[in-house]
Parts: sequence; structure tokens; C-alpha cells
Amino acid sequence: MSEPAVKEKKQKLSVPFNYDKYMRPHKLPHIWCPGCGHGIVLKSLLRAVEATGIDKDNICMVSGIGCSSRTPGYVDFNTMHTLHGRAFSFATGIKLAKPEMKVIVISGDGDALAIGGNHFIHTCRRNIDLTAIVYTNSTYGMTGGQYSPTTPIGDIATTSRYGNIEPPFDACEMAKAAGATFVARGTAYHTLELEKTILAALQHKGMSVVDVIDACPTYYGRMNKFKSATHMMEVIEKDGTVNVKQVDKLPPEKVQGKLLRGILHNVERPEYCQQYANIIEKAKGGK
Amino acid sequence: MAEKRKKLLQGNEACVEGALYAGCMFYAGYPITPSTEIAEGLSVRLPQRGGKFIQMEDEIASIAAAIGGSMTGLKSLTATSGPGFSLKQEGLGYACIAEIPLVIVNVMRGGPSTGYPTGPSQSDIMQAKWGTHGDHPAIAVTPAYVQEILSETVRAFNLSEKYRTPVIVLYDEILGHMREPITIPDAGELPVVDRAKPTCPPEEYFPYDEKYEVPPLAPFGTGYRYHVTGLNHKKDGFPTNDSKQIRENNMRIMNKIENHKDEIWKNEEKFLDDAKIAVVTIGSTARSANFAVRVAREQGIKAGLLRPLTVWPFPDKAVKELSKRVRAIIVPELNLGQMVLEVERCAGGACAVEGIHRVDGEPINPAQILEVIKKYA
Repeated sequence: MSEPAVKEKKQKLSVPFNYDKYMRPHKLPHIWCPGCGHGIVLKSLLRAVEATGIDKDNICMVSGIGCSSRTPGYVDFNTMHTLHGRAFSFATGIKLAKPEMKVIVISGDGDALAIGGNHFIHTCRRNIDLTAIVYTNSTYGMTGGQYSPTTPIGDIATTSRYGNIEPPFDACEMAKAAGATFVARGTAYHTLELEKTILAALQHKGMSVVDVIDACPTYYGRMNKFKSATHMMEVIEKDGTVNVKQVDKLPPEKVQGKLLRGILHNVERPEYCQQYANIIEKAKGGK
Repeated sequence: MAEKRKKLLQGNEACVEGALYAGCMFYAGYPITPSTEIAEGLSVRLPQRGGKFIQMEDEIASIAAAIGGSMTGLKSLTATSGPGFSLKQEGLGYACIAEIPLVIVNVMRGGPSTGYPTGPSQSDIMQAKWGTHGDHPAIAVTPAYVQEILSETVRAFNLSEKYRTPVIVLYDEILGHMREPITIPDAGELPVVDRAKPTCPPEEYFPYDEKYEVPPLAPFGTGYRYHVTGLNHKKDGFPTNDSKQIRENNMRIMNKIENHKDEIWKNEEKFLDDAKIAVVTIGSTARSANFAVRVAREQGIKAGLLRPLTVWPFPDKAVKELSKRVRAIIVPELNLGQMVLEVERCAGGACAVEGIHRVDGEPINPAQILEVIKKYA
């Protein structure tokens, strides 16, 4: 159905992209480690933003705390680096107060799913028009590599030296169950696919969540015996995921145990700010 | 017309009127006794004027959303009580360092923890100043009458907008639920302050420009694309590890309040001119003290009352000056000794200081205060 649009998009991508338009170049170099995928995810995000055509003045990027949450500092939008786990709540306030603004939330798996879990759930439930990009690298990188809510069972972290015993969350399943109307997954390895996924999320009216599988070679990678950052990307992102469109075409053993990529859930439901506009009308004496 | 503006209102309802008078357009909160009527009132009133109300999933989210609302330029409010105020401390610190105007109402109830939800207390006085970690500025206003809850809520918004900092409205459950006849002021009767906005072109704008004591704050989405963080930052809003800049950042947010204490302080004084015994107290306890002092005067005792309407920054100057000309200062408060510590600090041994404390969910009555006044007569 969306195939022709995809091809058109690919052609557009071959044109060199001017990232400077969206960056604050004087804030570089960034704090991310060599081999970290956060910069790759950001590039996909910026290309998707360009494709929406939305003016920078009307974009607000809000983050919590952690490595990924440093993203807003590098981009030339209205940017807010807030409190650990609370980005969704700050963003909800901004969006409700100014619905005409495009509000993007940048969060990590610890930020969104652990300390911010409650805010994440209720932001999805409200179906307020935010786009959340959750960088999932299964570790708390900023604090030196502790296990996170997405660390697989048995894996090593500085706080799970004997192997992690907590089962991981699936951010997409949770977002869907909580009521988000657009749920998707991408990886830092599949950069062009990620760009399209994020673009679709940005164009969706309602709460959109993109879980982006990303790697932390510095902590998670070293502790779990990955040979290199690229090896890690291949194992976790390339071989550890499968595009949802290919699931039916592949034998079950090639799908089992893998995370699904692409748009996993896309439905329409009344959006929060639109509904609140109706409340205002009602309160002012309309019907 | 004038008759219509006379209303019999509960303290929390007066708070709603005050917020609306001040131009509040955004509220985010979470239900909690004894402050819930503020949320209930604003959920009806705000959309009538095109404002926004949202009930968030918890207290932390509420203050975060209110800060978000303020960042778009709307005057924002959140209200809570003790346990919720504990949770809001995280956001309070953020609003302090990021210099975002916000009003937080704390209708004090008994504690610690869940404590006594329907009982009055004044045990959050110290929390209002020291509750959030790190050194930070604090402004807290303390009304004692329903009419005053309205006017002090307006003043709280004004201070918040003027100094670009969160301001706390601190009153207890008695005042929150007490009904008194009040007059809704006409437009223009009370001053209403709006935050300064930049007039310079965006490329010259610095959200934390040290050339101002209180730099103008551009609402998000108005062409001034800048960065806000809870980290120590430079004038452009970006984080810094430079010790000089960190110190400057910390000192400026303190000094913008410290240097203007005279404008922020507000005290009510009664019979203090020739007083030999002074009562220093706030909120509902000040109502009992007012009664006790009048009875003492009738009995020929030279007693007086100093009632701070700004408890933070603490009225050092007034208390210091008072301590030099009275025999004793009596500090009744619904806690086990908080404001009395500040009074002792300011008195510095110049006079006797005695606290009257109560934490059984009952108010301190005039007889209790009179008894201590007589001790020093």
C-alpha cells in the first residue's frame, strides 16, 4: 500500500542532507561514546523532521535524563532537558498549553520505562499528540552500565555481576496496551527504515512511540563480550530483529525470539488536545 | 453589581478566585485532601476562559506539566498538600534552577507521611524552604484569612512572574476549608504582574543573561529557540562544568531574591509600638494569637503581634528589630518547633523566645497563647 511512497522517499535520501540546518554546531562534539548509535538515530530523526516540513520554531524537543536525553542540547529547536523520567509530563504540559507546537520526547529505556514508567503509560493512555523516541540500549550508560528494564535475563551489568534475573519489558507492547495509537520499532542499524518510521510517527495524530534499538558498546557491550561496536549492532540490531512485513514470509525459526521492526500498531482514536478544545467550547457555553 | 462580588467562600475556593484574578491559564494537579477543591474549581473555571486544566497521573507529573505549561508563556498553578508537596520537591528544584515562573499551593495537613489528612498543621514551614535538594531561592506566602488567600495567591503569581521563580502559597487545612464572606476585587484593584519577555532579536537572546538580575523569558514557540536544563548552565542555557560559571549561576538565582527581600517581605503588625511581649506566628494560628493579644491588652498587658505574610525569605529584619525592644517573643505554631528556630536565630539571645507547639490535629487556641503571654507579663 505504501510502497510507491517508500521508493520516492529513497530517491530523496540520495540527496546529501544538510544536518547543520537542524543542529547547534557550536555544541559539538557531543558526549556520546565512539560506537554509540545515538548520533545515527538523531540523523534519522532530523531527516524525518525535514520531510514533515515543520518550521523549527514550532518544534519542541523535551527529554529526561541519561545519554539519549542529551539530544535536545544539540538541535536547534525549542529544547528542554528535564528530570529523570518526567519528560512525558513536561511535554504533556507544553503540548496542552500550545497544541499547535510539534512536541517530540526523547527518552531512554531507563528513563521511559523505569523511573518514568507511570508517566509513559498515562501519556499513552491519554493519546496526546506527542512523538516519543525511546532509545533502548538495555543499560544505564550515563551512570556506568547498570541493568535496565530492557536488559535480557542472564546479561551482565555493573549491578548484575552474576547475571540479570529480571525479565525485560517490551516498550512497544506496553505502549500499545496503554493506549498509544501509533507504535513502531526501529534500530540504529536500519537507518533509512528508521527515518521512514519516525516520519510516519511524526505525521500521526495522537501519541506515537518509536522504540529504537540501539547499542552501548562502552558498557553493555564490553561486559557482555561483544567483540566491537559493529559486531554488537549486527547481533542485536540486524540479526536480533525482523521487519514486521517479512514475518509471514519467513520460517518460524527465523522469527522466534526476535524483536519486530516497523509500524506495529497504527489506529485512530480521539486525540487529547482536540478533545480538550471541545471541553473549552462546552465550558464557554457552546453545545 | 457590587453585591454580586460579595461571596461566601471557602479558602480553597478563594485560592481559585485569586489564581483567576492573577491571570492563571494552566493548572495541572492530582487529587489530595485538603486541597482538592482548588483542582475541582479550576477544572470548571479554566476552560471557560480558554485556559487548560489537566489531572495528571501523580504529583510529580503535575508539577512537571505545570512547568511545561509555564514554558509556553501561560501562568501556571499546581496545588497539593503535605505528601504531595514532598513529591513535588523534584519539580520545585527544577523550576528554581531553570527559573520558570510557577505557583504551588500547599494546604498543610498533619504529618509525617499520610499523617492526618483532614487535620490542620503548619509542619511544612521548613519543607517549603529546604524541601528540595541543593541551595535554592525560596518564596512562600502565608495568608491567614479567606480574603487574604485570594490576595496572597495573586501576590504569589506576581512574585513568581517578576522574579522568574516558583512561589509557594502555604496555608493550613483550617483556612482551606473555612468559609468567610469575601469580596472579589475589581479588575485593576490588585496589581497583576506579567513576566518580562525579550524584545531583542532571537540571535541576541540569552535566557539566563547575567546582565539582568531577572532575565526576560521567551515563551516556547515564539521564534526564540533556546535550551533549558536542570543542570548548572551558562547564560545561553547550555550545561557547563566551569566552576566560575557554576558559581555565577547559583549565586544569581539566590541573589535575585536576596537583594529584593524588602519588596518580598510583608508583615502585619498589631500593637507592636509599645509591646513588651510579642507573638510571631502565621496562618490560622495568627487568628488565635490576634484574639489572645487583644484580651491581654484588655487586661493591661503590653502584648503585640507580628504576622509574616511572607515566611520565606524569613523576615529577619523585622524579627531582629523586634527582639531588641521586647522582653519575649512567643511563637505558636502547629508543629514541634520550626519557625521558632528562625525567630531564635534572628533574636540571637536579645530576648526570651518561647514556642507553643501542637501536633494533635487541633488548633492552638487563644487561651493557650494568653497563658504564655501572662508568664512574661
